[in-house]
Amino acid sequence: MLSQTSTVAADVDPRPSAGATSPTFRIRPTKGWPALNLRELWQYRDLLWILVERNITVIYKQTALGMIWVGLQPLIGAGVLSVIFGRIAKLPSDGAPYPLFVFCGLTAWNYFSTTAQRSSTSLINNAQLVSKVYFPRMLIPLSHTFSTLIDFAVMLVMIFIFMTVYGIPPTLRLAAIPGFLFLTAMAATGVAFWFSALSVKYRDTNYALPLFLQIWMYASAVVYPTSMIASERLRSLFALNPVVGFVEGFRWAVLGRSALTPTMFWITAGVSVFVLVSGAFFFRRTERKFADII
Amino acid sequence: MSDLALSVANLSKSFNIDHRWNGLRGHRTLHDDLMNLPRRVFARLRQSHRPTSETFWALKNVSFDVKQGEVLGIIGANGAGKSTLLKILNRITEPTGGGADIYGRVGSLLEVGTGFHPELTGRENVFLNGAILGMRRAEIKKKFDEIVAFAEIEKFLDTPVKRYSSGMYVRLAFAVAAHLEPEILLIDEVLSVGDARFQKKSLEKMEEVAANDGRTVIFVSHSMPTVARLCPRTIWLRGGEIAADGPSDEVIQKYSNVTFVDQERLSWPEGLSNAGVHELKFKSVALLDKNGRPTTHFDYSEPINFELSYTVHDSLSFCRIGFLVHSMDGTPVFEVYDVDEDVKGGRREPGSYLIRCEVPGDLLKPGRYSLSLNAGIPGIKNLVRLDGVLQFSVEDPALPGAAMNLPRVGVIRPKTKWFRKTL
Repeated sequence: MLSQTSTVAADVDPRPSAGATSPTFRIRPTKGWPALNLRELWQYRDLLWILVERNITVIYKQTALGMIWVGLQPLIGAGVLSVIFGRIAKLPSDGAPYPLFVFCGLTAWNYFSTTAQRSSTSLINNAQLVSKVYFPRMLIPLSHTFSTLIDFAVMLVMIFIFMTVYGIPPTLRLAAIPGFLFLTAMAATGVAFWFSALSVKYRDTNYALPLFLQIWMYASAVVYPTSMIASERLRSLFALNPVVGFVEGFRWAVLGRSALTPTMFWITAGVSVFVLVSGAFFFRRTERKFADII
Repeated sequence: MSDLALSVANLSKSFNIDHRWNGLRGHRTLHDDLMNLPRRVFARLRQSHRPTSETFWALKNVSFDVKQGEVLGIIGANGAGKSTLLKILNRITEPTGGGADIYGRVGSLLEVGTGFHPELTGRENVFLNGAILGMRRAEIKKKFDEIVAFAEIEKFLDTPVKRYSSGMYVRLAFAVAAHLEPEILLIDEVLSVGDARFQKKSLEKMEEVAANDGRTVIFVSHSMPTVARLCPRTIWLRGGEIAADGPSDEVIQKYSNVTFVDQERLSWPEGLSNAGVHELKFKSVALLDKNGRPTTHFDYSEPINFELSYTVHDSLSFCRIGFLVHSMDGTPVFEVYDVDEDVKGGRREPGSYLIRCEVPGDLLKPGRYSLSLNAGIPGIKNLVRLDGVLQFSVEDPALPGAAMNLPRVGVIRPKTKWFRKTL
């Protein structure tokens, strides 16, 4: 009986199109650069959250250790890096304990690279959806920007544990973490837009990106401090790689020691915004061909 | 014209078939493009126009209007542009020229279970699928019970859908889409899956949707009976252009006149066969006359034989395999199964089999018919349903006297016995 009433209620729902004379939307071939259409993204926000939930559930469903992997992977990674670069190569760490130093770098780096990597293959993995249903395609790579936050949160908790172990007192600087995270997310999403759009046309990206990211990590001050670069000029140039800014920003927030200068910070922020905006426009431009070639 | 639901004007869509890289690899690599770059630049400099690619028009200047509450069928052969049209109306792909104005929210069901994720449970997939089709979360919540009840999967709500049977999958997918409440619903050939009972239920739901709520439905199908039943108006697409647009019976009649294929046998190659499921695959079907010779033309008084060979890969119980005959305007004429005579025949052991069904002569009205195949476990699961695999005609009985041979009303024309005496 209950479901009966709900049917009736839904049926009397007045339809807005009753007297509408202007079309709800026009289908025309687009020419040149399309608009970003952020309003539509907002209308589909529920789908974004559901995709985020799906990403999280699917990644760790049917794995015995489940979420433990999220913490275990970077922990082992940091351990290996500490032994090779801290113990054997004896790289400097701005006076901080090397394992914590490298773990801070990894936290920022992992968020960036995991987001970029997962979302770059996301369109291909959802080819079925892309070729059969309409929705703003940007949501697919974008959903990974959010679902990877879980991995980030786990690593952040581990940083706090490390801090207690090494006796590093928390400061107000920790409040800057969300800010740096926001910048990282922008750049990662931008990279994701570029690569996911490219991957629809060129499957090469699936092979190129992991390699590219591997090299990128070593170019991003994860295992060594930016302070190793003596000249201020060169350091600003170094900051054109936005990940340097995130990694150093993180260390500044956690350890209080960092070679991050205001100039470097603004360069990082500028590059991040540029990567995001250019990626979004490139994505929108290639989007119209997705269903035909995927 | 405020009662328009959608207006399509000169809609065209072309694809470039590139001759330089073969389609075998499927995807172009960066290498291909880089290697071709010098040649392209060179060609441009010389302004040569040797065509390296060919344009294929999937749709060419298609124009039509659909009124609110109208149910429109779209028919046509494979590759006629039906699916491309739906994809453009659904904004999945862009037109090359022309355009369409759409008044209202569009919902679509282009393929069953699109957007279902196998790892997620039925419950999770209802929300995912609903959101993908454009529903708000609150809206889905409101309809959740109704959707689940319609799909009849209450017990399996928290089971990952990868463990669902194909029937359950289809039911859930259809249920979500049917409760979408868009003003315009685009449906592509999805009702041919699922068991017969659910098909009936889905058809009824669609009729209800169109009749009671005044929603506009565009329905693409290969199944003439379904189109004839559901849609008062039909458009026939041929080679990307509109070949006919009008009342369904007229359009379907025209379509069947042109597309009558004189083929007495159809076989499905092993390996790439879609004529079956894991457990059971059809191999070939043939139309034979009383002497066992393949033919598509039968005399009125002559029996008609349907012959079907199939392979069972996994033993099945209560399975029935049979034939459906429709007249070309879509009216079902009859349905017969191999278990009609022997109920124990429902048990199938692995192996290859041949069945033959003899339809007596002096029964079918002269005209054209289409033969469909069906295999399933009644009330539980539909295994294979193939519509219109072969077509045949029954020739006029050529009775003495011209008046005897005039067309008659009715679905069949049985030979009847007459007694007469003078009182």
